[in-house]
Amino acid sequence: MSAARKLACVVLLAVCGVSLAADWLAPAGYARQFREFPGSPPSRQHLLGTDEIGRDRFARVLYGTRISLLLAPAAALVSTFLAALVGGLAGYLGGIWLRIATGFTDLFLSLPWLFLLITVRALLPLNVSPLFSVLITFFILGLLGWAASARVLSTSADSLRNSDFVLQARASGLHGPRLFFVHVLPNLRPVLYAQFWISIPVFILSEANLGILGLGVAEPLPSWGSLLRELEGLVSFREEPWRLVPLVLLIVVLTSFQLVLSNEELTA
Amino acid sequence: MLLSKIARHLAALAGIVLLGGLLSATLVRLAPGFDSDERAFDPSLNAESVHALREARAGERNVLHFYAAYLRGALHGDLGTSHALGQPVQNLLRERWPVTLRVAGIGLLLGWLLAVTLAFTACLWRRTAYDLFGTALSGALLCIPAAVLALLSVILNAPGYLAIALIIFPKIYRYARNLLAKAYALPHITAACAKGLSELRVLLWHVVPVVAPQMIALAGITVSIALGASIPIESLCGLPGIGQLAWQAALARDLPLLVNITVLVTLVTLLANSGADVMIHMLRPREA
Repeated sequence: MSAARKLACVVLLAVCGVSLAADWLAPAGYARQFREFPGSPPSRQHLLGTDEIGRDRFARVLYGTRISLLLAPAAALVSTFLAALVGGLAGYLGGIWLRIATGFTDLFLSLPWLFLLITVRALLPLNVSPLFSVLITFFILGLLGWAASARVLSTSADSLRNSDFVLQARASGLHGPRLFFVHVLPNLRPVLYAQFWISIPVFILSEANLGILGLGVAEPLPSWGSLLRELEGLVSFREEPWRLVPLVLLIVVLTSFQLVLSNEELTA
Repeated sequence: MLLSKIARHLAALAGIVLLGGLLSATLVRLAPGFDSDERAFDPSLNAESVHALREARAGERNVLHFYAAYLRGALHGDLGTSHALGQPVQNLLRERWPVTLRVAGIGLLLGWLLAVTLAFTACLWRRTAYDLFGTALSGALLCIPAAVLALLSVILNAPGYLAIALIIFPKIYRYARNLLAKAYALPHITAACAKGLSELRVLLWHVVPVVAPQMIALAGITVSIALGASIPIESLCGLPGIGQLAWQAALARDLPLLVNITVLVTLVTLLANSGADVMIHMLRPREA
């Protein structure tokens, strides 16, 4: 493991650890308003100052990081499962099934991601509870983000279907689900793992875009998207540099995700 | 051969647009509140008028009838009316489309220019520091959401197309850099370098023909990325284009407008990809 990869793992673990300790590090919580200090600069009580309505920015960053870092992998899990179901099975079955799945995947991939995302998000009510909004946002991301992974998985499963060991297993009388689950699926695991890992930063970025546009997680629940929305009112970087902390944290985390995957895994 | 390829692309295009349209019509039909008409809540209307309003919408309940009516209208240039803006969709698209074309077009041009220049000079120069700079810059830009780049361009008073250029730059740079590195490792290019051909001649005569097909394919994909980026850029930079219209439609849950925009953008994306594919086919050397 290279030094950069090790460092990236340490950074990710540290960020996850600190965000999980949010209840202990920021006991005031993300929604409590300190009405006497709206928009205040960093101080001993509020390490990153407060937002326009007096909420502690440090607490919001911690809780927002926790939400994004917990739910983006959950969405990646949904999309990887769907990709395995569509791409993996189609590649394993081959023939007409593979052609149908490829056509369907191509149709899905030709729809521009952000346009599709906001169309489906707009189908659902915007005035829902914060918890429902966060679940719905990440669930939509997972539900719509399967196509690219399915394409990769169908190609891998197709090549496995024609491999010598699968041919031998088939000649030995192994067919159907047993052949798929015992021989094909375990060999698809590295591709599934790579696709899962690649999807996480994509979903974090997509949630951030949706959040800034007001189509993501509802207030007062914080997420990286809603935290970055605060940049809208920023006049200059010099005046309030602490407001850039969520952006810096996002860049650090996404860079770490990029570094954790090796080039071979990224091209898998 | 070329004509049959173009025909195949056009048939696929028509099929995908028709299927995409059906999918969109189904989404609109299934959306909560589709059946309700706010005019029915007008207290000045009598029971007969309310009944007439409901009857008028009855034909829209069946998805296939609804889609057939939409297609009939679309063939005559009628894409329906925006619920939120109260204007015909085709008028809105006609007004907004030139802005998006201009912003995305200039952004694409700038992004490509920057990425290709940096990738080519990195290959010609072969300095580790320069290469690292390009990799670090593209890596950092890949980690910034498009909406944040839009906000930063507002704060810095930079034009919207610059944000689009910075969004597509890292994708092109990384791909082009890898392609060039692989091309330079090819035996015939190594031989050309060993024979003492100038760097520029090797690049233009031997490297560019090898990487051109994949770069053209990438050009098709970047059109889709630029159009996708137009939503946050136009919305946050106050540019009255298709992206801003899509955002307004999403906030107002104006599904007919949103669906038409998505179908239009899909059509442009597919046209760009098909155009790239046909171009690659034309550039491919013919077998004797």
